[in-house]
Parts: sequence; structure tokens; C-alpha cells
Amino acid sequence: MADSEAILAPQEPELRHHFDDSAQQLEASTLGMWVFLVTEVMFFGGMFGAYIVYRNMYPEAFASTSHFMNVTIGAINTGVLIFSSFTMVLAVRSAQLRQKKALIAFLILTLILGCVFLSLKYVEYHEKWVDHHIPGPGFQYADPRYFHQAQILFYLYFAMTGMHAIHMIVGAGLLITLIVMAARNRFSSGWYTPVEMIGLYWHFVDIVWIFLFPLLYLIGHTQ
Amino acid sequence: MSHQVVPVKVYAAIFGALLALTATTVAVSKLELGEYNFIVAMTIAVIKGTLVVMFFMDVRRASSMTKLFIGAGFFWLAILLVFLLSDYLSRGWLLNIHWL
Repeated sequence: MADSEAILAPQEPELRHHFDDSAQQLEASTLGMWVFLVTEVMFFGGMFGAYIVYRNMYPEAFASTSHFMNVTIGAINTGVLIFSSFTMVLAVRSAQLRQKKALIAFLILTLILGCVFLSLKYVEYHEKWVDHHIPGPGFQYADPRYFHQAQILFYLYFAMTGMHAIHMIVGAGLLITLIVMAARNRFSSGWYTPVEMIGLYWHFVDIVWIFLFPLLYLIGHTQ
Repeated sequence: MSHQVVPVKVYAAIFGALLALTATTVAVSKLELGEYNFIVAMTIAVIKGTLVVMFFMDVRRASSMTKLFIGAGFFWLAILLVFLLSDYLSRGWLLNIHWL
């Protein structure tokens, strides 16, 4: 408690009257953010569940589709996303130390890395488009035995990575908001709750990818 | 909630560990390990996820209430996956019991 007050300014105008102190207010925000993130865990959990069920139903079809996943881009994107989590955590740290320039720099760096991730995702999706691996009437598959089952797995691939990409786009919008807020000195008083909360969101999206990458790209690759 | 600023080298160490684990999981996926491929990949993913939750999301210093909520969330996810799989994986098992 004593440590927190040393960093969070006691005179802050952002303290709402129904909280005892800024530490309690931050704790309430953190808990609320985690409640939201738990709903996100359940949301992605449903898709992971569907993936696991179909993978168990059609293991051979799954193994054949995994050869069409671009492991190189997937691995690079994992590194990019982990790097962006690192810069995000440094942005939160800069906000704690009230270093405005460093905060803006790290937020912009995080945003750029998020855009790099989405650009590489676009390259991958385009590859799938060119190869006719998008489920639907135009779908073509090298192995006719798995024509239908492979579509289920490509559908899951697009649903899961697509939903993840939408979360990245939302995260990019939130980062832009933070950059504008930081530039307008909103965090100069030592109140930086939005930076910390959006940081939590950004790390959560990173964790989803940490599980998507091995499941979609790596497993079944040697079979 | 204590909010002492964490030294950069702690974050850098976690970042390095996450990159090393990513390289490991890609390298292991090239090996023929049968069903252990899945186990190793998921174990590494859980370790990476735990590192991000504990250090980047700072849950190790969060309040007990926040930890309880997070734990409940993952417990409910476990209920979803375990009950789902206990249904799908056990389908057809009864066909092999002839005395029924």
C-alpha cells in the first residue's frame, strides 16, 4: 500500500468519491477487467473445444491439412506478438514512472508490431485464397478423401485466427486511443489505469495466439 | 496491491524465455514423437501462457480476489473441455460390451 501511494499521486483528480483511495480504485478496475477477460476465455474456449472434438473425429484429415499451414509465418508472428507484449509491458512501466515520451514511444512500437502481425496474417490468408483453401463452393483439395473433413478444419482455422485478428484490430484501436490520451497529458498526474487495463487485454490476445500457434500450425506436422 | 516498478531486466528475461520456448516448440514439432508431440507442444504453451499471466499481466502481485476470479474462470474452462471430451471420447465404448 505504501509503495503504491509513492507512485500513484495522492492529489490525483481521477479518484472517484466512492473509492477510499487510488489503490482501491485500481484494484476494482483490475478485477473488472479480469471478469471481462474470463468471459473472453470462455468465448475462445468454445472454439478450442470445437477444434479438439473435430481433431479427434478426423485425425487423418487434420494431419493432411497441417501441411498447408505456413509454419514460418506462424512462428515469426508468434515472435512478433511476444515482442509486442514486451513493449506493452514497458509502456505500462513508463506510465508508472510518468515518462511521457517513453510511454508514447512504446505504445507506438506496440501498435506497429500489432500491424506487422496483421500484415503477415493477410499474407497467409491470401495464400489460402490462391490455393482455394477457403471453405465453400470454391474449395479445392489435393486429397479427395478429405474434401469435406478438410473444409471443417480450414473453417475452424479461419474462425479462430479470424476472431483472434479481430481482437488484434480492436487492440490496435485501443492503442491509438491510449497514444492520443498520452499525448494530451491525460496520464501526467500518475493515473494510468487505462494503460494498465489495455495492457491486460493485449497480453490476453497474445496468450490466445500462444495456444493457437501449436494447435493449428505445429501438431500433426510430422504425420 | 503493491505497485513497485518492476526492473526492465525482469521483463527482458521473461521476453527471452518466451522466445526460447517458441523456438523449442517449433524445433520439437519437427521430431517424430508420436502422441508426445501434442503433449510437449501443449506443455510449452501452458508454460508460456503462465509466464505472460504471472509477469506481464502481473497476476503474481494481484489481490487474492482477482486471483480467485481468474482461477474460477480457468476452472470453468476445464469443466467445459473435460465434460465435452468425456462425451466425445467415450462414444462407442459401450458397443464392445457384449453382456449388456
